[in-house]
Amino acid sequence: MSDLFSALTQDEWRALTLSLKVSVVATLASLPLGLWVAWLLARREFPGRSLLDGLVHLPLVLPPVVTGYLLLLAFGRRGTFGAALAEIGIVFSFRWTGAALACAVMGFPLMVRAMRLSIEAVDQGLEQAAATLGASPLAVFATVTLPLSLPGILAGAVLAFAKAMGEFGATITFVSNIPGETQTLPSAIYTLTQVPGGEAGAMRLTVIAVVVAMGALLVSEWLARRARRRVEGLA
Amino acid sequence: MSLSVDVALTRGAFSLDVAFEAGAGLTALFGRSGSGKSTLINLIAGLARPDRGRIAIDGRTLVDTAARVRVPVHRRRIACVFQDARLLPHLSVKGNLGYGRLFSRLAGGDGRDGIEPEAIVAMLGIGHLLDRMPAGLSGGEKQRVAIGRALLSRPRLLLMDEPLAALDEARKAEILPHIERLRDEAGVPIVYVSHAVAEVARLASTVVVLEAGRVAATGPAEAILRRPDLFPEREAEAGSILDMRVEGHDEAAGLTRLSGPAGRLSVPRLPYEPGRTLRVRVPARDVLVATRVPEGLSARNVLPGRLAALTGAGPALTAEIDCGGAILTARLTTASASDLGLAIGAPVYAVVKSVAFDPAAIGAGRRSVEI
Repeated sequence: MSDLFSALTQDEWRALTLSLKVSVVATLASLPLGLWVAWLLARREFPGRSLLDGLVHLPLVLPPVVTGYLLLLAFGRRGTFGAALAEIGIVFSFRWTGAALACAVMGFPLMVRAMRLSIEAVDQGLEQAAATLGASPLAVFATVTLPLSLPGILAGAVLAFAKAMGEFGATITFVSNIPGETQTLPSAIYTLTQVPGGEAGAMRLTVIAVVVAMGALLVSEWLARRARRRVEGLA
Repeated sequence: MSLSVDVALTRGAFSLDVAFEAGAGLTALFGRSGSGKSTLINLIAGLARPDRGRIAIDGRTLVDTAARVRVPVHRRRIACVFQDARLLPHLSVKGNLGYGRLFSRLAGGDGRDGIEPEAIVAMLGIGHLLDRMPAGLSGGEKQRVAIGRALLSRPRLLLMDEPLAALDEARKAEILPHIERLRDEAGVPIVYVSHAVAEVARLASTVVVLEAGRVAATGPAEAILRRPDLFPEREAEAGSILDMRVEGHDEAAGLTRLSGPAGRLSVPRLPYEPGRTLRVRVPARDVLVATRVPEGLSARNVLPGRLAALTGAGPALTAEIDCGGAILTARLTTASASDLGLAIGAPVYAVVKSVAFDPAAIGAGRRSVEI
């Protein structure tokens, strides 16, 4: 393993660390919104619920290139929101932050799906009982819904992270493929496969991608098991 | 405290339209499944909204559709004990008890009024369970913890939705005394949903009988429970409740003498001190009616009174006998009623064949005794 890491070129190494940074930021930043949307879809009836559900799932069914292009139209320097955001110093286009945004959007449906399912599985009778004891809706969420759906919420976050690590189409369309700034692991692998003599580097990065993905799955499995044991009161 | 309810709600084919008042003590909502008991509980707790109507506690409106007022569940301070306990599985027993207390404190409770947590834990006998998780508790233990958790939220009203329905007889017997102590000691008014006559007879001060979403009858427990028309399929269980006091014991004969407004009864020796009051239930089918003092009869307990009413139709009638202000009911056939020439107001004698004691006093299951 250490041989593998020492064999990495500077560009490859930068692609790996950038990918980790982009994925962590994308996951953490979309977590609160994902949780809120999952709770809305699982627990509330409101007009436009189906529309919201559809919107959340859109990145899952659209070609990633289309999602990336739409992001470019909306958040590019001259985009609908991009221009206004640039005024206050928030720039997405051709920055690593843009890569994080693309990854967050692409991972969002997976995150919301897992969280929604686990929130729906929480017995509403328990939430009602908590409310009769004086817990406000926010307190019920924080003390009952959240801890009881924690395994699914962790699973959703890990799925989103894994998706972010592998996101390629939307990212490269939105923020291109700039080494050190927007060249994530998949972009780097793609670039290496396009140049003569890049096979070895592509192979190294591929092995790393597999290892990171496996690691994420194992960690999420372990966290979920621990959370489930606590939830079921067997700890 | 007074709870006033006047609500209507329609859900598909089911419609609920009820109005009643409940005072201090324990009010039983009695009715078959599907009569709307649980819906009513949900409306009072705020877990469901009425189509129309008003619910208020002590004049404070909880919901009023006309005035567009609706206090959210968590601000009503009405605690619920559900049939399935609903303990939070990720918290220990101590955590569950603390959960109820936490929010009443956050809401600005000074922690003074209401019972001390230690007293509640002791009253419910759950001190040894504090560190356990709910998953490892028996059904009866879970219900006791749920009751404690509800009390610790210092509710204005305690709703109990068939808290014993999921338990076997032994577990029921384990919990009933705790509910009685709650009624008598905690000072929190209780609305108790049940479809079991025995539970209602034992616990209720006031009874509201629901039938298909309507109030069929409401009033003091003694008055409601002796009406066989409300309990047609439970005729055997209809009967009267007498409040008696232990007068003394006749050790040689192995008897205990009881006395009350209705008169005196001798029953097999009871393990109580003289002076103690008991609730005695006399099943209507175990009371005979005589127009003269009976002679040559094995039954020793004959209470003199007047025939207050003769109700019912068909082969079986119910005679209500006024014994010193207490009403005793007796079942008899139309034929024997006409043979005896029974007339309202005429002096009669009630021959009591058996009584059942309120197990509140006995401390273990209902006991029926031939006397």
